[in-house]
Amino acid sequence: MEMKITVEIPTALRRFTDGVQTLECNSSTLPDLLGEIEQRFPAITKHLRDDSGEVRRFINIYVNEEDIRFLGGNGYKFQDGDRVLVVPSIAGGAPEDAWG
Amino acid sequence: MAEHYQLKCRECGKLWGNQPRSFCDECLSPLEVVYDLDAIRPLFTRKNIESGPTNLWRYSALLPLPEDYKATIPTGFTPLVQARRLGKQLNTTNLYLKNDAVCFPTLSFKDRVVATALAAARRFGFQVVSCSSTGNLANAVAAQAAREGFDAWIFIPSDLEAAKVVGTQVFGAKLVRIAGNYDQVNRLCSQIAEKYRWGFVNVNLRPYYAEGSKTVGYEIAEQLGWRLPDNIVCPMAGGSLITKIRKSFNELIALGLVEEKKVKFFGAQATGCSPISDAVKRKLERFEPQKPATIARSLAIGNPADGFYAARAIRDSGGWAEDVSDPEIVKGIQLLAETEGIFTETAGGVTTGVTKKLLEQGYINPSETTVACITGNGLKTIDAIQEEYTLTPAIEPRMTVFESFINDRMVAVAGN
Repeated sequence: MEMKITVEIPTALRRFTDGVQTLECNSSTLPDLLGEIEQRFPAITKHLRDDSGEVRRFINIYVNEEDIRFLGGNGYKFQDGDRVLVVPSIAGGAPEDAWG
Repeated sequence: MAEHYQLKCRECGKLWGNQPRSFCDECLSPLEVVYDLDAIRPLFTRKNIESGPTNLWRYSALLPLPEDYKATIPTGFTPLVQARRLGKQLNTTNLYLKNDAVCFPTLSFKDRVVATALAAARRFGFQVVSCSSTGNLANAVAAQAAREGFDAWIFIPSDLEAAKVVGTQVFGAKLVRIAGNYDQVNRLCSQIAEKYRWGFVNVNLRPYYAEGSKTVGYEIAEQLGWRLPDNIVCPMAGGSLITKIRKSFNELIALGLVEEKKVKFFGAQATGCSPISDAVKRKLERFEPQKPATIARSLAIGNPADGFYAARAIRDSGGWAEDVSDPEIVKGIQLLAETEGIFTETAGGVTTGVTKKLLEQGYINPSETTVACITGNGLKTIDAIQEEYTLTPAIEPRMTVFESFINDRMVAVAGN
């Protein structure tokens, strides 16, 4: 059975995903998932990772409301139906269109 | 630019002007307010400051306020007291306490950050102000919103101390209790801030809010007679305060108000929630998030927004960080109260306990000038300490009964 997870892209990064808010992916680990997202939307790469290839220091990844670092980080194996949230750690800023 | 300040990305340096935004679209790193110090230099002088009001607005020239902003809340300018009796117990002669347990109007240093945040909220035209909070910020936002005529929506973890809950509701704020810890509350708020046109003081107004913390540093320097201390001991929750005190000292040096000095910064956390002190002690480049388990609920942030910068500021300054257990926190509260007559909340117990530890370990030189930051009031966390005390049975209001009571007590005391 093919595994499916959904990934929610934060507002700040949607300009690199053609405005797409939710992605369906089938990677089994976080490094694979980043690769999958970047393959579909190459422009997002430098915004997700720093020069050493690590997820940027100020981006947090949650799986079903839990910080992925508590689940084993890069070693965590996604389960079918997992909901992955990408959130800037110093998040905030209303959507541009709210500002007129 | 019309004003002498604007937002700048702390990592990539991109300038953002002034807007309700906390992070950079390019690298998702935090934004910070930067100033045109040359333009401010003639305004920010000892003379101008000393002739200003006796509250934090005396430092307005170095705060991100809209032009012609008329502040109405006389917050800040709390006492800096020399701690002779506490110092004697800890074998140091130059210990001072910055006492924000009596900050106006809600008895914590959060009154300062809310003062600058609401100035920004007004400027950007928000009618609703909001925050995620471990309690003190909730009180401060609710109170100042009431006075300034904003509607307030406050988000807290559901297990907060009763005094902090009632101390928010009393101001008419809408209180949303979340079944989760602060980090979960904060994440929810960051999602809400994307959808609602609300001024979240510690989310989309965060750069402006955080600048209010600098006034702790300005006041310490001014109250020491325009000189910097050798050491600062500061409690850490999100990690912002310690970095902002450091920024304030650097600004005072740059503008020539104090002599240059390398002040060492020491961070204090509860062992049950110590991601920043852990990172400092283990020399980690990135802190590891924790699940908070401590009575110091106001410091219970397991994924601190400014944790990276706090750890770096401590390291760069030549300081250190420590943490104390829950029993040590209680002892810290009692020690401060019994030696200095200051009743602080659990965060102040952390600061006192860590100051003691750092002196014992030799990280702080006892002959140097050290300022410990007491950031909150003990009346808000009575439950943390109530069990330490028992009540004697009430006695009849008669002299003979009292004399027999005191005789028993004296025997008991002598017996000890």
